[in-house]
Amino acid sequence: MKFVDEFRNADQAHALAAKIASLCEPGRHYKFMEVCGGHTHTIYKHGLEDYLPESVELVHGPGCPVCVIPMGRVDDAMHLAAEPDVIMTSFGDMMRVPGSNGSFFDAKASGTDIRMVYSPLDSLKIARANPGRRVVFMAIGFETTAPSTAMTVLRAAAEGLTNFSVFCNHVTIVPAIKAILDSPDLRLDGFIGPGHVSTVIGCRPYEFIAADYGKPVVVAGFEPLDILQSIYMLMLQLSRGQATVENQYTRVVPWDGNLVALRAIGQTMELRPYFEWRGLGFISHSALRMRPEYAQYDAELLFKVPGVRVADPKACQCGEVLKGVLKPWECKVFGTACTPETPIGTCMVSPEGACAAYYNFGRLSRQRVKEVTRS
Amino acid sequence: MCLGIPGEVVELVADQPDLAKVDVSGVRRMINIGLLADDPPKPGEWVLIHVGFALSKIDEDEAAAALEFLEGIGQAYEDELAALQESMIE
Repeated sequence: MKFVDEFRNADQAHALAAKIASLCEPGRHYKFMEVCGGHTHTIYKHGLEDYLPESVELVHGPGCPVCVIPMGRVDDAMHLAAEPDVIMTSFGDMMRVPGSNGSFFDAKASGTDIRMVYSPLDSLKIARANPGRRVVFMAIGFETTAPSTAMTVLRAAAEGLTNFSVFCNHVTIVPAIKAILDSPDLRLDGFIGPGHVSTVIGCRPYEFIAADYGKPVVVAGFEPLDILQSIYMLMLQLSRGQATVENQYTRVVPWDGNLVALRAIGQTMELRPYFEWRGLGFISHSALRMRPEYAQYDAELLFKVPGVRVADPKACQCGEVLKGVLKPWECKVFGTACTPETPIGTCMVSPEGACAAYYNFGRLSRQRVKEVTRS
Repeated sequence: MCLGIPGEVVELVADQPDLAKVDVSGVRRMINIGLLADDPPKPGEWVLIHVGFALSKIDEDEAAAALEFLEGIGQAYEDELAALQESMIE
């Protein structure tokens, strides 16, 4: 397969690594955050850190939608699901996320009507087929999934469906990046911007990172060479004393994003004053809820939601991992009490989570480099 | 879920301009293409699909690379395909 080799050619990877090394100033340490969990996955799977000079460090950001859902919201969803006439629906990724009293899977096993769906449109279909029940869609995700929820609500409104609602947990990536920039825990030199989120929001929302914080941002694709190329672009900016937003992933990401998607979100949803993120705490204007015009589709208004804040299990250090302060393997329960089969924290649940990615690939990285990249 | 999966558009639905049939790793299902209303995909073109909605058009090389990336993820992609198989978007 010629095209895949083009993205993975080992010679090109080494050439890029050498160019990155040539830009390193002696004695300076560089720290870049890859915001998106998909990038984290590529980095571990292909052992990209082994290609980089020791002075270039990658830290993993909060861009895993399942990982950032706080336990209190899982408990709220369980509470909704327990209503006798409710059918709770959600993505498969959500099913294993632990709440205070187990996960959706556990609740389903004990008889609660919770159904896994591929798309919010499948929830809509369940609502049509069950007019006597109230179908709630547990919406999670960044701007990659928010347009789908928005389009589904618009469809429900057009059809006049009255037994469908959304328990909205959509979050927006930019305020989380700002929270990390404002946090004293971590000093970063630049960002590898998320690929698929940017297909929706475009590249402009990152401009404040360059303008106000003086940090370069490069929106990157998911192939190993995309990521190395993006690190090179970041290093080049730093070496020239620049800070701008660049788009390495032009083959998928338009600079202005997807305007139809942004319109659909804007029509149906509005920013919440604040929202709790696992590990990052409360962040202003960082999540979406239904607009008052669409109140009849807002499960938080239709049902009594406890809204109790629940502290993470003490042993779990997902918070530190999500902020990039701890590496997955530095967590006390990593790989022992907490594994993908029996996750304690969210970062081990999702394949986009840093802990799951490292658990699956990280420890093999050095051998994998040789296998996966072919010259 | 957050990662797009590539699908080839194989059929448009005459009376429902928002829908298209796509082929994802051999699984054929309906998806919604309403988010690409500004530039709707035609049969033979590739799209990146997020939870049943095409979010962007891509070329065939990008589709192949994205597919290999997903196949490398293993179980998560199998789960995604299994979920897609259950999907009945209309």
